[in-house]
Amino acid sequence: MSSFRLFLLGGLTSYRALFSWLSPWILIPTFIVGPIAQILFFAYAGRAAGVGDDAFYVIGNAVQNAAIPCIFAMGITVGDERRQGTLGLLLVSPARRIPLFLGRALPVVVNGLAVALVALGAGSVLLDVPIHASSLLSLTGVVAVSAFACTGLGLANAALSLRVREVAVLSNLVVGVLLVFAGVNVPLSDLPGWMAAVAQWLPLTHGIAAAREVAAGAGLASVRDDVLAEAALGTLYVLVGLILLAWFERESRRRATLDVA
Amino acid sequence: MTVFRVIGVAWWLQLKMRSRSAFDGLLGILYPLFFSTVVFMMFTHGGAQGPALLSAAVGASVMGVWSSTSTTASAALQQERRQGTLELLVAAPTPLPVVILPVTLSMATIGAYSLVVTLLWGRFVFGVDLAVQRPVQFVVAAVVTVVSIGVLGFLLAVSSVRYRTAWALGTALEMPVWLICGFLVPLDLLPAWTRPISWLLAPTWGIDAIRAAAEGRDTLPSLAACLGLAVAYGVIGSLLAVRLVDAARRHATLALT
Repeated sequence: MSSFRLFLLGGLTSYRALFSWLSPWILIPTFIVGPIAQILFFAYAGRAAGVGDDAFYVIGNAVQNAAIPCIFAMGITVGDERRQGTLGLLLVSPARRIPLFLGRALPVVVNGLAVALVALGAGSVLLDVPIHASSLLSLTGVVAVSAFACTGLGLANAALSLRVREVAVLSNLVVGVLLVFAGVNVPLSDLPGWMAAVAQWLPLTHGIAAAREVAAGAGLASVRDDVLAEAALGTLYVLVGLILLAWFERESRRRATLDVA
Repeated sequence: MTVFRVIGVAWWLQLKMRSRSAFDGLLGILYPLFFSTVVFMMFTHGGAQGPALLSAAVGASVMGVWSSTSTTASAALQQERRQGTLELLVAAPTPLPVVILPVTLSMATIGAYSLVVTLLWGRFVFGVDLAVQRPVQFVVAAVVTVVSIGVLGFLLAVSSVRYRTAWALGTALEMPVWLICGFLVPLDLLPAWTRPISWLLAPTWGIDAIRAAAEGRDTLPSLAACLGLAVAYGVIGSLLAVRLVDAARRHATLALT
């Protein structure tokens, strides 16, 4: 099997076979109802607290919701191999690891983008937050880069799932950290210095900042630095994820802990 | 064995099991802290002080009780089904509602840990002044609220017995209940059509009773409404459990739905 075929078809097949959330009974509550509820909750909390405006919360929470499939799906598509007893079969195969695992990431990026865009559309309609048609394409591009960066972090999270049995717990904690640190509901300028410094190294921080500016009418050129930073972070996390996967695979073979971690 | 003994023993057993589960125990306490941290930061930056900040802290702390209950309660019977113990529970001479209720009460009890931890988090990290005017009534109101949320979880668990992926329903219900019950947002700020829904949810009255105790107001009316609704959920849930289990036995779908 060529690397390209493994990347494209292997990734899509693994995503469809292993990511059990694609059933409408899970997909609708998790990817549509939940994100919209989160936007409404924080927008109304912002009104009650007297901070921010609806647009701030709609953009921040919509983009943050891209993290849900990106973190959970990556964790599941790798971690569930062990639960189903196929991890050993996968790792004993001669398939090249980079296209094997990156292929699983591609559908996840698309999934994250779709979740964020649906939340953005619904949130803007429900809270009457206008988004100019002229900025839609740029906004989609920025959200796509954010989804890629989150998927990079998801890949690193998935690598940890080779060593940590509770993938769902780990994924929830990662999403929680992003919610607090990435400027989703509290501007970075209002965070303590150390939190703002940590935020610079997390996916979503730069993506959300860029998305807010683009939604306010700025051109892509004016948010280039943030978009490039988001893309660079995504690439960094992908590399970290691939290195961790290789390392944990080798260690689990050496210690015979592949199925018992 | 009396009904109360079954509830007590099963509650303790479930609590011990869940306390050792990373998902139900550890995450049940940590995950609401992420949300309460954001809430504390939003309200402190909005200039909230004194009673206003205490009110937000109380709301954020009860959010954790519902979080601990909603996802796990909706998936409780599916978990029994997956473990192969649902048929045993149904076949036992003890009525099914008496077996399920302590399961969701144990989840709400984990949420009570979260309630305390969130208040302490607010006190020591964000400097929230926990100046409660009526401490005894505050504790009583908190206990009644936790129990009412446990019983609401029981109703949710029973209602979703036919829904194989009910955990997703519970997750989706987490924030709408936070919002509609006025945990953080005064009900006046919400659209008028949500008001009747709020009134039918026991946590709305529970959080009002806790806030009333904190501010030195009379807690009795809200407490009575909270308790009354919890009893109603219990009765409806029990009737529903019997009916749904009968149907599942008749159609031989107890393990298959």
